[in-house]
Amino acid sequence: MTHRCFPGCQDVQGNLTVERILFGDNQFFGVNHMSEEKARAQAMRFQTTRSIIDVLDSAYDEGINVFMCTTHERVGEICEHVRAHPEHYRGFQFYPCMPYAHKYVNAVTEHGALGALRRFLPDGGALGAILKGGMSVAKKDVEGVAQLLIDAEMKMFEGLRTPVIFLQNVVTDLLLGIGFNEAFRIFAQHVRNKYHAEPGYITMNLPRLLDVLEGLRIENPIVCANINKIGFRMCGGIEAYENVIATRTFQPIAMSVFASGAIPPKEALEYVCRQTKIRSIVFGASSRSNIRQTKQLIEKLSDTKPDAL
Amino acid sequence: MIRIALIGLGKMGMSHLAIINSHPDVDLVAVCDSTAYILDVLSKYTGVRCYTDYFKLLNEEKLDAVVIATPSRFHGEMVKAALDRDLGVYCEKPFCLDVSKGAKLAELADRKGLANQVGYHYRFVATFQKMKRLIDAGTLGDIHHFRAEAYGPVVLRPTGSTWRSSKREGGGCLYDYACHAIDLVHYLVGRPDAVGGTVLNKVFSRDVEDEVYSTFFYADGKTGQLAANWSDESHRKMSVKVTVWGTNGKVSADRQEIQVYLRDSVHERPELVRGWNVLYTTELTDPVWFYLRGEEYSAQIDHFIQSVKRRDKNTLCTFRAATEVDLVAAMMLKDAHSEHPGVAPETRNEDQQHSKGGALEAIRNFLR
Repeated sequence: MTHRCFPGCQDVQGNLTVERILFGDNQFFGVNHMSEEKARAQAMRFQTTRSIIDVLDSAYDEGINVFMCTTHERVGEICEHVRAHPEHYRGFQFYPCMPYAHKYVNAVTEHGALGALRRFLPDGGALGAILKGGMSVAKKDVEGVAQLLIDAEMKMFEGLRTPVIFLQNVVTDLLLGIGFNEAFRIFAQHVRNKYHAEPGYITMNLPRLLDVLEGLRIENPIVCANINKIGFRMCGGIEAYENVIATRTFQPIAMSVFASGAIPPKEALEYVCRQTKIRSIVFGASSRSNIRQTKQLIEKLSDTKPDAL
Repeated sequence: MIRIALIGLGKMGMSHLAIINSHPDVDLVAVCDSTAYILDVLSKYTGVRCYTDYFKLLNEEKLDAVVIATPSRFHGEMVKAALDRDLGVYCEKPFCLDVSKGAKLAELADRKGLANQVGYHYRFVATFQKMKRLIDAGTLGDIHHFRAEAYGPVVLRPTGSTWRSSKREGGGCLYDYACHAIDLVHYLVGRPDAVGGTVLNKVFSRDVEDEVYSTFFYADGKTGQLAANWSDESHRKMSVKVTVWGTNGKVSADRQEIQVYLRDSVHERPELVRGWNVLYTTELTDPVWFYLRGEEYSAQIDHFIQSVKRRDKNTLCTFRAATEVDLVAAMMLKDAHSEHPGVAPETRNEDQQHSKGGALEAIRNFLR
């Protein structure tokens, strides 16, 4: 097993640092932005939780400590496994990304917006008060509902290390578009206070989000966005992305670096690693050899030992 | 700046709200919905002006256009009210359900020269746009058959009581899922002249169909099949696929990729080789200024906004086009309830064939 830098994941000042290489989960849950056939083949390949755990173990053995994952119900089973083997997973961390949006979208379709909310919240409590209150929704109530929703999503990670907690792009970008900026602060505050974790934001609209987070005085935020050589789903344009990465103060995590396979690995990673301000790279893979090759390539192109990062 | 109001803040409405609000050429003036809680939160946190009465909104605000994302049963009156005030109108699908009402609105928008568009967003998916260009250019030769499919996980158990479970309000797999496939068929190969063998079956729902199957017939001899099923859990979300066969090959597309098989290469398209060609969304899709759930949602709103700016009534998906979808949906409903199923000749029985329950009932009686 490779030597790993066990986390604390803090720098000399005691601030949390995001690890350089993160393992993603799209491949496990039938998500492929380029091909539905590939997505389906992957869904079949990872039908059992055991098959996912095997790949996660490979990644862990290769020295990748972080699993960045949606709060998909099957992640709950992985959490159970990790909880049951604390010694083996001593340095293992989850970076939860919430919510698993389809769960909510399907519930809204089936039960309407309020009906869906009722299903995801515990009985009584804040929502009951809101619904009774009708028109008058105190500011505190919205915050309370948001906190309850976050807690519901975090339940599966109880007792596990979750130093960074992300808001999924579909929610980040919905709030961003609507202009519900206060929600980003509510999220940050609750994640920090209750989970002692750093808030992270996933977005497809990086430059726009950075402006808003700056306006809210959320300093040096962790932001995960598509960063790839062909500008795939980089809203605002590839030049604007390169510019904010080079000039703004934030901790960028690059995702979709291969643009779902549209860019050859070496070319893709060269582009990302050349931008030295990019803090971390998240990628998904289904085989040990693929994981090893990608990790080695990132380390080689980053021209620094991973532990020093 | 184009001044727009949004009516209806359900799933599509919220998505439109984010997209419209972030558009650089738009001033989102006000929103309207019947759910007080949602309006309350929105006005408090975003400052947008909120109405519960769309008439009041239309009368009080100075607007260029409205976006309507309410259940279909409200579309007719709302679209009419907006057109009467000379506003451009974007309306969610399905359009009106009532074909004559839809046709009148299409005529009105046309006469007034107002931008009019319906939210069949698959017309804005790059792979289907590419497919259309290939068909129109004759790359596939003469088209003789197609298959349009829409599957996804909407109704997976016998519960639910939203407007989607009420036929009258535009619910059911036909209006929700199949209409997308019908519209794509119209976009790609045109409207059928007749439909046959239509099946509208329930799987879990009590009042509406969960699966839809039909055969489309064209005067030139072309045929096609349509299949939609919103009770298919094997799909993570709605998944639409169209395959078209022509004398020079076939093309198959979904949201992510397009696969083209050519029997012979085509002089005008040197980039396509004989045999298989595969193109992906990553290379076909134009970037958008704001991304929420897919480029097509932003692209269709931008198309509408640009049409309003130009006062261009000929959008990529007009009221007229959407009324054609309603018309074919009505043809399919009629066909599904027709009393003339194709029962094997040696077993024909007049009584069974004309039983009151329609095609399915006749077959069931026969099997008994």
